[in-house]
Amino acid sequence: MEPHPRTAHGALRGASFESPSIDAVGVEERVARLCSRSIKKEAKLQALHLTLSMIDLTTLEGADSEGKVRQLCAKALQLHAALPDLPHVAAVCVYPALVGVAKRALEGSGIHVASVATSFPAGQAPLEIKLLEVKRAVEAGADEVDMVISRGRFLAGDYACTADEIASVKEACGDAHLKVILETGELGALDAIRRASDLAMRSGADFIKTSTGKIKPAATMPVVLVMLEAIRDHYLRTGRRIGMKPAGGIGAAKDAIRHLVMVRETLGQDWLDPDLYRFGASSLANDVLRQIVKQRSGIYQSFDDFSM
Amino acid sequence: MTSSTSAVGTAAPRLRLGGDDGWRYAPAPESTDHVELRDRYGLFIDGEFTDAADGRTFETANPATEKKIADVALASDVDVDAAVAAARRAYDEVWSKLAPQERGKYVYRIARVLQERSRELAITESLDGGKPIRESRDVDIPLAAAHFFYYAGWADKVDYAFPGRGARPLGVAGQVIPWNFPLLMAAWKIAPALAAGNTVVLKPAETTPLTALKLAEIIRDAGVPPGVVNIVTGAGETGASVVQHDDVDKVAFTGSTEVGKLIRRALAGSGKHYTLELGGKAANLVFEDAAVDQAVEGIVNGIFFNQGHVCCAGSRLLVQESVADEVISKLKDRMETLIVGDPLDKNTDIGAINSRAQLDRIEEYLEIGEEEGAVPFRTSCPVPERGYWCRPTLFLRASQSHRVVQEEIFGPVLAVQTFRTVDEGIAMANNTPYGLSGGVWSDKGAKAFRVTSRIRAGVLWANTYNKFDPTAPFGGYKESGIGREGGLSGLHAYLQPEEAA
Repeated sequence: MEPHPRTAHGALRGASFESPSIDAVGVEERVARLCSRSIKKEAKLQALHLTLSMIDLTTLEGADSEGKVRQLCAKALQLHAALPDLPHVAAVCVYPALVGVAKRALEGSGIHVASVATSFPAGQAPLEIKLLEVKRAVEAGADEVDMVISRGRFLAGDYACTADEIASVKEACGDAHLKVILETGELGALDAIRRASDLAMRSGADFIKTSTGKIKPAATMPVVLVMLEAIRDHYLRTGRRIGMKPAGGIGAAKDAIRHLVMVRETLGQDWLDPDLYRFGASSLANDVLRQIVKQRSGIYQSFDDFSM
Repeated sequence: MTSSTSAVGTAAPRLRLGGDDGWRYAPAPESTDHVELRDRYGLFIDGEFTDAADGRTFETANPATEKKIADVALASDVDVDAAVAAARRAYDEVWSKLAPQERGKYVYRIARVLQERSRELAITESLDGGKPIRESRDVDIPLAAAHFFYYAGWADKVDYAFPGRGARPLGVAGQVIPWNFPLLMAAWKIAPALAAGNTVVLKPAETTPLTALKLAEIIRDAGVPPGVVNIVTGAGETGASVVQHDDVDKVAFTGSTEVGKLIRRALAGSGKHYTLELGGKAANLVFEDAAVDQAVEGIVNGIFFNQGHVCCAGSRLLVQESVADEVISKLKDRMETLIVGDPLDKNTDIGAINSRAQLDRIEEYLEIGEEEGAVPFRTSCPVPERGYWCRPTLFLRASQSHRVVQEEIFGPVLAVQTFRTVDEGIAMANNTPYGLSGGVWSDKGAKAFRVTSRIRAGVLWANTYNKFDPTAPFGGYKESGIGREGGLSGLHAYLQPEEAA
C-alpha cells in the first residue's frame, strides 16, 4: 500500500497509542453475571419490540438478486402481517450494487439503506478503490456505510494507516453515517479489540461494529462488552455518543435480550435506541417475532408461519 | 474533519444507569411452591428431632418481610449435654469403628442429596437469611455440596494425607457457625470432621437455623448413624454451652473476633483443640496498571457480595492516586446498576440485611463515618418499605484513623482511601488488627506476586476477589483467627498424630 497523503494521525503509531488493558477472565465473569439477569413479562415484550426496531435486516451473498433484495425490503416494511402494530426495523443492509433497488423499495418508509463498502469483507483493495466504492454507494442512496478496517495493517501496529483510512472513508461518506467493522474474530485478543474500537471512534466512526458475519467467532458477549466500555469511556471523555452494532451469531431473541441488558448496564438508557444500537442479523427477526406471538398468545408457532 | 461535534454540550457527560425511566426489569421472583417449611423445628439429637427439654423456643423470621417463618427449639445445657452424649456414644460405638471407605460413602451421600435438593435449600437460605437467590443458588449451595464431595474423597486416604505420622480423629467436635453463610459454614465444619472420623455437635446462628435443620433431615435420610451429627439451635448461651462442654475434644468457631477472644480465654488450659475463623477488614489494592473496568467489578464483588456480610469482604479500597478519580467514578456508575430488594428476585444484587440488630450496627457506622469526616456516597436505588435494607455505600476520603477504616462493619459499606507508592499501599493494607484476606489488582504479574507476599493475611486474591474452593485453605492472621479450614489443612484440623491419640 502506498503512503497515505494525510499524516494528521502520525501520533497513533505503535506503542505511543494507548488503550486501557483488558483482563479477559474478568470480562467473562462480568458477562456471566449480566447473563444471569432474568427478563420476564412486560420487560421481555418491551425488549423484543426494541430489538426489532434495532435490526439491520441483512443479505450479503454473492448470489443476491434484485428479487431477493426487494423481498427483504418488503419484509422490512411488514415484518408479520398478523401483527400490524410492530415497529419497523432500522435498516436494510446490502452490497453497493443493490443499494438502488433497496432505496426504491423503501422510499418514504423511514427505513434506512445501509451498504457495506471498502472491499467488504476482506478489505484487501487499494484505498482509492475503496473510496470510490463508498462514493458510489452513497450516490446510489445509501444512508449508512459499513466499512471494514484493514486488519493486516492494524495487526502490524500501523495504527496511523488504519486511522487515516477510516478518516478518508468518513470524508467520502459525506452525510451518510459510517459504521466501522473491526472484524473482531481476526483481531485475536480483547486488548486489540479495545484498541481498534478507540482508534475507530477517534478517527470518525459514527458506529463501531464487531464483524462482517463472514468470520467466526463474531459478536460474542465479551467482545461486545469491551466495545461498549470503549464507547462509554469515549462518551465520558468527549461527550460524543458513538453507536454499537454487533453482527453475526445473534440469531435468537434470547441472545438479543442479553445484549440489551449489557447495553443498559454499561451505557445506560440513552443507548437503547436504534440511532445508537443495531443488530446486524439475517435470522434474528423471525425468532423475535415468534417470541412476541408467544408472549401475546401463550403458544409457540411454527417457523413456517413467519415469512422469510 | 468529522461532523459529529454537535453532541458536545455544556453539561458533563453522564450515563443514565439507575433510575426508573426507560426499560426496566420486571419482577422475576423464584417460585417457592415446592419448598416445605414447617411451623416448628426441633433439635436434632441422636438421629431424631426433639423439643428442648424445657420446651423453650425462639422465632426465626424473614428479614425481607420481618415476618416469622417458624418457631425453633431453644437448646439449654441439658439439651447440649444430651447432644454431646449422643455424639460421644456414636463416636465410641459406631463411627470410630467404621471402615474409612464406609465413612466416605456416607459423606458422598450427603453431598449428592444436597445437590438434589439444591433449589429448595437455596430458597430456604434466601428466605431465612435475606441473601439474594442468585448467590444462594450459584454460590452457597453448590459450594456446600462441593465441600462434602471434596472431604468425602479424603475419608479413606487419611493415612496417606500425613505420611509417617499416623492420623487419628479427635473425637467429638463442638462447632458454632455464623448467620452469613448458614449452610455453607455447616458444610465447612461438618464435612472435614466426619471425613476425618469425628462426630459433631453443631450450633447454627439464631437468625438462620433453617438450612442447618434441613441438612439434619438430609443427614438422617442419608442413613448416617444416629448421633454422628447433632444440631442444637439457640443463641449465644447455647453456643457457649457447646464450646465449654467438658466432653468436647475440639472446638471450631466462625464468628466475631469479640466472641472468638472469649472462646479462646474459656478454652485456655482445657487441652481442647480449636480453630477460630474471625473478623476481617481486608484491603483491596488497585494499582495504576490494573485493568480498570475489571478491577471495578472486583471491588463490587469484594464488598457488595452477600450485603457485605462476609468476613473476608474487601471492605477497604486502597487505590493508587493516579487512577483514583477514574476508578471511583466508574465504581459509582457501576453501583448505580445494583438492584437492592426482594432476595427471592433473580435480578436482586443486594438482598436484605440479616437482622434488625445488624442493620442498627451498620447504620451506627454510617453515622460514625460522617462524624469522622469521611464523605459518604449512596446510590439512588429504591428499597422496599418493610424489611431491613441498606443501599450500597462508599466512604470517600476515609483515613487510617477512622473507625470505618479500622473496624469491621459487616455491611455494604466500603471505605475508600488513596495511596501514592507501592510501599505506602502495602503499609496501609497491613495497618489493621485483622489479617484474613486481601486483593491486589495489577496487570503486572511480578508486582501482583511481590505485593501479595508482603500482605499479612491468610487469603490473597490477585485480579479477582471472593473466590472459594474446597481445596484451598482459608483462615486468618492476627485477630482474624487461628487455624485453617478447607483443603488438606482443613482436614488436619480434625486429626491428631497417632502417638497423641
